[in-house]
Amino acid sequence: MFYRENGQFKTTYKEDQQIFPITQDRIGVLLLIAFAFIGVPMLADEYMLRAILIPFLILSLAALGVNILVGYCGQISLGSGAFMAVGAYAAYNFFVRVEGLPLIVCLLMGGFFATLVGMFFGIPSLRVKGLYLAVATLAAQFFCDWAFLRIKWFTNDSASGTASVSDLQVFGFPINTPFEKYIFCLSFLVVFGLLAKNLVRSAIGREWMAIRDMDVAAAVIGIRPMYAKLSAFAVSSFIVGVAGALWAFVYLGSWEPAAFSVDRSFQLLFMVILGGMGSIMGSFFGAGFIVILPVIINHALPWLGDLVGIPVSTAALTHAEQMIFGALIVWFLIVEPHGLAKLWSVGKQKLRLWPFPH
Amino acid sequence: MAFFLETLFGGLMAGMLYSLVALGFVLIYKASGVFNFAQGAMVLFAALAMARFGEWIPAFTGIDNFILVNVLAFAGAAAVMFVVAWVIEFLVLRHLVNQEGTTLLMATLGITYFLDGLGQSIFGSDIYKIDVGMPKEPLMLMESTFDGGIMINQEDLVAAFIAAALVALLSVFFQKTTTGRALRAVADDHQAAQSIGIPLNRIWVIVWCVAGVVALVAGMIWGSKLGVQFSLSTVALRALPVVILGGLTSVPGAIIGGLIIGVGEKLSEVFLGPYVGGGIEIWFAYVLALGFLLVRPQGLFGEKIIDRV
Repeated sequence: MFYRENGQFKTTYKEDQQIFPITQDRIGVLLLIAFAFIGVPMLADEYMLRAILIPFLILSLAALGVNILVGYCGQISLGSGAFMAVGAYAAYNFFVRVEGLPLIVCLLMGGFFATLVGMFFGIPSLRVKGLYLAVATLAAQFFCDWAFLRIKWFTNDSASGTASVSDLQVFGFPINTPFEKYIFCLSFLVVFGLLAKNLVRSAIGREWMAIRDMDVAAAVIGIRPMYAKLSAFAVSSFIVGVAGALWAFVYLGSWEPAAFSVDRSFQLLFMVILGGMGSIMGSFFGAGFIVILPVIINHALPWLGDLVGIPVSTAALTHAEQMIFGALIVWFLIVEPHGLAKLWSVGKQKLRLWPFPH
Repeated sequence: MAFFLETLFGGLMAGMLYSLVALGFVLIYKASGVFNFAQGAMVLFAALAMARFGEWIPAFTGIDNFILVNVLAFAGAAAVMFVVAWVIEFLVLRHLVNQEGTTLLMATLGITYFLDGLGQSIFGSDIYKIDVGMPKEPLMLMESTFDGGIMINQEDLVAAFIAAALVALLSVFFQKTTTGRALRAVADDHQAAQSIGIPLNRIWVIVWCVAGVVALVAGMIWGSKLGVQFSLSTVALRALPVVILGGLTSVPGAIIGGLIIGVGEKLSEVFLGPYVGGGIEIWFAYVLALGFLLVRPQGLFGEKIIDRV
């Protein structure tokens, strides 16, 4: 069966408005999800799950949120790390202060508070644009860093300033082993991924894109900039907040504010730009790239060093990793400024004609 | 009152140093539209180069004249910064012409990682010191007016003086020399400048070189104050509010923005900090800048942003 939509006639409006209008896409996505739920846990070992797949899933979720704001609505934000932190600490406070509140409700409450904070720090976007806005959102980042470090109430007055959770469970099932954590994160990612995919092709998604392409023109044709921008901030920070709560609860277990520093914000922005702005698929590609790259460099460099007979020290390794990471990002921006998602769509176009290109 | 004035002066001096870093941002943004996040990394790189040259030159050549060593180290570090500028233009910027602002910003973030790694690989990652003979004793002023007088760090005073001299030098360079005029033309309008025969690539190299020297001066002053170490590269994050407060395209804006942020930070830390637990300077600077931006979205002295459909 070739990848082609010829002969797939839509006879009802419902069919015409499906998320994936092409049958092959639908089957492909279903297969992918099935593989992620069944195939991956069977194939991957514990290290793989813990060190690569779980961070990949959670950061994909965060990148998805950032992509809605940066890629779809065009508001550059360097405060995503702060929204992750708000999600994590809000969820933590619900978890430790309210007895018997289900884990999922805690995580969603984390997202809710991240939404509030995100909308508050999104207010300047109504007046300030572009790079000025990017720097202005750093205010959120540094304020949250400071607040979670200095205000002891947020960390439940723990002496070391570290927040930690244990005994996670959902509907009576414990979430302790990497396998259970993987499935838990994956479920979140699938649900939010489908929601986001649906959202960006709805009326509100089109409003965001209109604002991104030219906000004055969008205002002229009757799109309310305030509503569109703030809703983008709200949706984006909700997803980022939930991702932050997952990162803290499921991946880290016990954490300090440094886990959500400004570097995290940059990392998320890298994912969005390298993956492809304004593409749900791109968020996954970007997250995969950024998560896997350091792991590969870490493993490849000592091996290469052995090969040519130069022992690589840990300090040299860190510096070399930084250099290679930086150089690869620059190289990537030069060869494909539109991100990995662009390569993906080019590939799909080619596949449509294959094997009869004329 | 004396304490207030002391804090105020301290803030002004710190602000002068922020302006130095901010100046590097503004120069590059004006000339090439690149928001150069790597400025902080350049400061660190330049300071590391200078500190290590200061150690290596006496060790290998046997020159131990204090002034000569420092001059040679400065020249060597400047040469290194020229090479860095040229390489960045040749390998990165040349290939990213006409890309969007965010892409360029991300590219400079990549450069930041690279320079941080490279600097520490070549020059080492310990804490080094730069000694250019800054006076260390505090100076007492107006002892007749106030009880005990106002204590001012002489080092700060010298640093502020150097910063002011550098700014004056830069403005002469921009106003009076042919290259300076070409730089201003490029900053004004890329296409028009190119159409009258100004080579864009060369101008960019020159601007990055100038920014490199500014970074070197900033690194030298900060380094001799605090020691050269990795945390120096985060000075870029301290200078960002200065840049947006003053306006991305304005050199005087960088100076005045620096002074406002410096004073605001110090005063808030001293008079507001104790009530909320301290350590508020860094976000206070951003909130202050944000407050100004809400009134003037293009910064205090930035060019007015005109939206056309």
